[in-house]
Amino acid sequence: MEQFVPVKRSKDGQPVRYLVVDDSVFARKNLARMIETFGGQLCGEAGDGMTAITEYDRTNPDIVLMDITMPQMEGIEAAEKIVQKHPDARVVMVSSVGYQENIVAALQRGARHFVQKPVKPEVLYEVIKYVMGDDGTVASAAGAGD
Amino acid sequence: MKMELIQPFINAADAVLAQGLQCSMSIGNLSMEAEAYRRKGIAALIWVTGDIEGRIILDLAPETAVRVASKFAGAELPETDALVRETVFELANQVIGNAVTVLNNEGFHFRVHPPVLHTSEHGPKSSEDTEALVICFETGIGDVFMNIALRYGQSHHSAAVGQ
Repeated sequence: MEQFVPVKRSKDGQPVRYLVVDDSVFARKNLARMIETFGGQLCGEAGDGMTAITEYDRTNPDIVLMDITMPQMEGIEAAEKIVQKHPDARVVMVSSVGYQENIVAALQRGARHFVQKPVKPEVLYEVIKYVMGDDGTVASAAGAGD
Repeated sequence: MKMELIQPFINAADAVLAQGLQCSMSIGNLSMEAEAYRRKGIAALIWVTGDIEGRIILDLAPETAVRVASKFAGAELPETDALVRETVFELANQVIGNAVTVLNNEGFHFRVHPPVLHTSEHGPKSSEDTEALVICFETGIGDVFMNIALRYGQSHHSAAVGQ
């Protein structure tokens, strides 16, 4: 898998910490591999929306990658609950179902962005940089080609 | 069966498999089946209800499923690994999700049910309303079969009559 210039946290230069939420083990592993290529750190995983909320409280991640269709509690509802409790939470929805109504509903309820599956690493990487904004920094170009 | 319902699934499978497997691919055999579906190996069955009703089966021979899952995992997996089944499920989810996105944006509304493992040797029998189309995607690491049996649902008929 392609390696990307690492995205770090501006405040301390540490790797961006991710919480990955998806009921598919396969999808979680796939995202975890991408996170590794972004220089990030996987701090937690969840297989449903309910667990995602408790995992968020426990791990306080920089980014949440959240599936939509999941058992017990769907991703959009979980994103809303997380953002209600933590207004600065950065939740990116990652779903194969990317029609307009879903995207609008997710954004209206607190998600920062939407990425459609199958996830292209280069697309997710750009979204991560965008969502981190000034709180994220990309290593200098001098180090990129090393 | 209406081709306008089928085409988004073929396009989605083509895109999802090509991106995921990163190998050459072509559409091979294409056939209509009115008889019950005979499973090839590890098969994920997804039902849809609403403006469009029916089911889609994504089916891979066991050795193909292992090769596909190993490719995604970046490591050789044994056939017994749960991740092999998970991979087939997730591929089915992505194909159906992408097709649903297209159809939804065209005005069709329906619910996609979570995938279930299709374990019986013979699948749900098709009817004259839901004659199944079986498509074989020939990939560099084996054949992937997609069996689609869809029709317009009652809600779509009602809307059309009311217009």
